[in-house]
Amino acid sequence: MVKKYAINLTVNGINYEKEVEARKLLVDFIREDIGLTGTHIGCEHGQCGACTVVFNGKSLKSCLMFAVQADGAEILTVEGLAKDEKLHPIQEAFWENHGLQCGYCTPGVLMSSYVLLKENPQPSEEDIREGISGNICRCTGYVNIVKAIKEASKKIEGAGI
Amino acid sequence: MKPFSFEYFKPNNIDEAISLLNGYGEDAVILAGGQSLIPLMNLRLARPKYIIDINKIAELSYIKDTNGGLSIGALTRHREIEKSDIIKSKYPILSKTVSLIGNPQIRNWGTIGGSISHADPAGELPTLLLALNGKVKVVGNQGEREIDGDDLFLGYLTTSMEKTEILREVYIPEISPKMGWEFVELTKRSHDFAIVSVAVLMSIDNAGKCNDVRISLGGVGSMPVRAKGAEEFLLDKAINDDSINEAANIASEEAEPESDIHASAKYRKEMVKVFVNRGLISALDRVRG
Repeated sequence: MVKKYAINLTVNGINYEKEVEARKLLVDFIREDIGLTGTHIGCEHGQCGACTVVFNGKSLKSCLMFAVQADGAEILTVEGLAKDEKLHPIQEAFWENHGLQCGYCTPGVLMSSYVLLKENPQPSEEDIREGISGNICRCTGYVNIVKAIKEASKKIEGAGI
Repeated sequence: MKPFSFEYFKPNNIDEAISLLNGYGEDAVILAGGQSLIPLMNLRLARPKYIIDINKIAELSYIKDTNGGLSIGALTRHREIEKSDIIKSKYPILSKTVSLIGNPQIRNWGTIGGSISHADPAGELPTLLLALNGKVKVVGNQGEREIDGDDLFLGYLTTSMEKTEILREVYIPEISPKMGWEFVELTKRSHDFAIVSVAVLMSIDNAGKCNDVRISLGGVGSMPVRAKGAEEFLLDKAINDDSINEAANIASEEAEPESDIHASAKYRKEMVKVFVNRGLISALDRVRG
């Protein structure tokens, strides 16, 4: 019998009490145990950033933490960005600026952008490129992603979010 | 791939962690930020049977500017060091070096103690620790002891810490504001692993002669090293283009890198020359203000 560990955590405002195997990665817990498959798995060893979530306010590659470590944590995933059927300004800006092509990296990029704009609401282009340096996109060449984040920062300022 | 099964412990304090380490010894590892350990586990290059997660031990996270030096708790995250105003003003080489580690997500969770005890020759902090004349305080059931950076690294991912000891604190002696400095690294992409890295600290007297110099090299062999030949050559010499070029040549000659998938030994030697040169020029610029 494999030993399981009880954890209690909040994801997108909803509290979950679950039992997990110690070796279960947080990203697998998010996808399999609570069914939020918006967080993607890319490389599974911390290189690509597709699995980025917001963990207690800080960006985290969720393949580099075990679910058991998340006991007591507050997590935000891409599913938590939109409110009442309305896209988050960052999502709107990505849509309008063609900030994605295949979309595989997009959830991770959005979460890194979210933390970047929380910490630095008016980032320079250099700040933006640094802020998403942990997220690899193989389609866009980043130009439209950077444009979208700039646009998002204006939208957020305008909306006073 | 998924990690191998293990048993998980989350001690509340250092004593609990040490007694767990004593109980499980060879089969146990400390989990701090996890940004090096968990990738190795995901790839099944590491298969520890027992994980001792020290993230709950808040007493291991601090930055203290004391008389004569800087003390940083092992669990302090790279991001906290990067953002620290006191480090920016008094230990700017540390701020810059830490900003080169990984990317925002990695720096949010990776820790100074984890990075140093992991002893990756491609890691920035082990290389920097040598140039800073830094030391670590480690604690085990025999009590606490200090290990000089020079005596800490024994080889690839290997330190002189016992399996049952925990790195508790990193100590960096005060850096005179008269010291010029630089940290340069060669990476495939910005923030990637360093293929070659060089840390330089240098000061000169009123006559323009070098009166203190420390050069350390990373990525050139199984562990970071001081470029002792180049340091000895520069000490008491007038610092100018000629002496800087010669010091860079000496550092390149004394480096003993190996070839791997990222770069040949020959190329690494050449890059040591280039970076020691650039590092010294930049340090000299800073000395002169």
